[in-house]
Amino acid sequence: MHRSTITQARELLRQKKLSSVQLTEAVFARVDQVEDKVKAFVHLTREKALQQAQNADTRIAAGEDAPLLGIPLALKDLICTEGHRTTCSSKILDQFVSPYNATVVEKLHQAGAVIVGKTNMDEFAMGSSNENSYHHPTMNPWGLDRVPGGSSGGSSAAVSAHECVAALGSDTGGSIRQPAAFCGVTGLKPTYGRVSRFGLVAFASSLDQIGPLTKTVADAATLMNVIGGKDPRDSTSADVPLPDFTQALQKDVKGMKLGIPKEYFSTGGINPDVEKAVQEGIRTLESMGMQAVEVSLPHLDYAVATYYIIACAEASTNLSRYDGVKYGYRTEKSDNLVNMYENTREEGFGEEVKRRIILGTFVLSSGYYDAYYLKGQKVRTLIKQDFENALGQCDVIAAPVTPYPAFKLGEKLDDPLQMYLADIYTISANLAGIPAMSIPCGFAEGLPVGLQLMGRHFDEASLITVGHKFQQATDFHTKQAPL
Amino acid sequence: MSFDIEHMAVLARLKLTPDEKERLTDQMGTILAYIEKLNELNTDGVEPTAHVLGLSNVFRDDEPAEKPLADHNPISDSPAHNKGHYEVPKIL
Repeated sequence: MHRSTITQARELLRQKKLSSVQLTEAVFARVDQVEDKVKAFVHLTREKALQQAQNADTRIAAGEDAPLLGIPLALKDLICTEGHRTTCSSKILDQFVSPYNATVVEKLHQAGAVIVGKTNMDEFAMGSSNENSYHHPTMNPWGLDRVPGGSSGGSSAAVSAHECVAALGSDTGGSIRQPAAFCGVTGLKPTYGRVSRFGLVAFASSLDQIGPLTKTVADAATLMNVIGGKDPRDSTSADVPLPDFTQALQKDVKGMKLGIPKEYFSTGGINPDVEKAVQEGIRTLESMGMQAVEVSLPHLDYAVATYYIIACAEASTNLSRYDGVKYGYRTEKSDNLVNMYENTREEGFGEEVKRRIILGTFVLSSGYYDAYYLKGQKVRTLIKQDFENALGQCDVIAAPVTPYPAFKLGEKLDDPLQMYLADIYTISANLAGIPAMSIPCGFAEGLPVGLQLMGRHFDEASLITVGHKFQQATDFHTKQAPL
Repeated sequence: MSFDIEHMAVLARLKLTPDEKERLTDQMGTILAYIEKLNELNTDGVEPTAHVLGLSNVFRDDEPAEKPLADHNPISDSPAHNKGHYEVPKIL
């Protein structure tokens, strides 16, 4: 029962073959069974979830219907939930209780969702392995000595291990798609501005986006219908009509053009087994009537450098708010205001966060701003133009998500640059602001491989159409982690 | 390029340990050397992108929020507060 998708569970609930309380209890039984091994969660909200499930059952009994009514979901621990801790997997926010709900949480509640708990992540979403969590690392259900990816690794592991039916994560440079690929689940980063960021703890505000991690593309469509749309409380959310994404599931892909960016197969040191799985995925899409065309994204090789300038610059600014005064952790060791700030931040932030604050501070500092930050913003324009050109010649771009399958815990921890380069295929979509999705397309070394689909601004629907057709023709997304 | 970790730590309000300073200086050397590759690109005349959607200012009427934090006093979130005020160490 805990293995259900949203679509399956909603059908059973509607037919009254299953109650939300039964489903929620089954999910928690699964959590009790596997969580010791996976450690996907930072905290569980068991009692409240069962109350929400009871409420859902009452609503169902009264004949009500809502897209997520009675469905147990998990939230990455940087999405604010009123009255609950939101730690960002950081010591500096470890005891922080959010005073309000993020807009996406309000929307989930309105849609009837049951919230199982908050999932682990790299501290402040900075990382590609979940090893930068203040709490504990999370393990990949497909190999417990492997990382689940990051930074939404708790969410991807929880979905993969069926500790929730679906989850929300956030993606600044690949933080939904890379863990989705590593854990064999579906992950969608919406267009920048599609989903409200109100109540999402900020990392890099021009790149961050909330999105779904699910067992199927159809479930991602259901969640996008709920969480998308303009929000007056987020001035960067876009006033663009929200289509019914479930209608995109009915469409055919025949005649759609699939762009293959040659650079993604010659840059970044792609593992041959990963490349093979991705190429086979592309052939499957061709066999369904898509027309493959070669496109070029010539600035791929500059994306990581550009990203780390811009993301760290924004992070150093955003994280200046953690000063030990208004909320969060405060040092015991201080005798004046300045050393209270300095000691609070030194003790409260982990190593990767400090590294990025220092890098961001440097690229914004007097004398270096033009050479680094301004240069990065200009190259960002070139990367964005690459995608405008490529997506002028095709409807959807297909590419790998990661150069290799899930790596071992500890393998890249001592080499920050190697860890950053793990994101080479995902970060361009954030720099360009376009939607991008990862779907399971095969295995390498017995570990899941993701196929990345990227589309035009606000055209998540095409990704959903192509991804859903792919999942109708293949069974990679139904394979189970050996837990 | 000269990377001055002492100065950066002051600007970032981070009290780094000597060990951290050494390691970060090292790592910044590697990372900044990698970033240098952007200089291979001629960006003369290219407009910088600060924001992908090209947003302009968003205004609203200056009125209280629809749903204020009714029962929640934000000062109570502070790690040190007293009689409705934030407490901080002496400034002067």
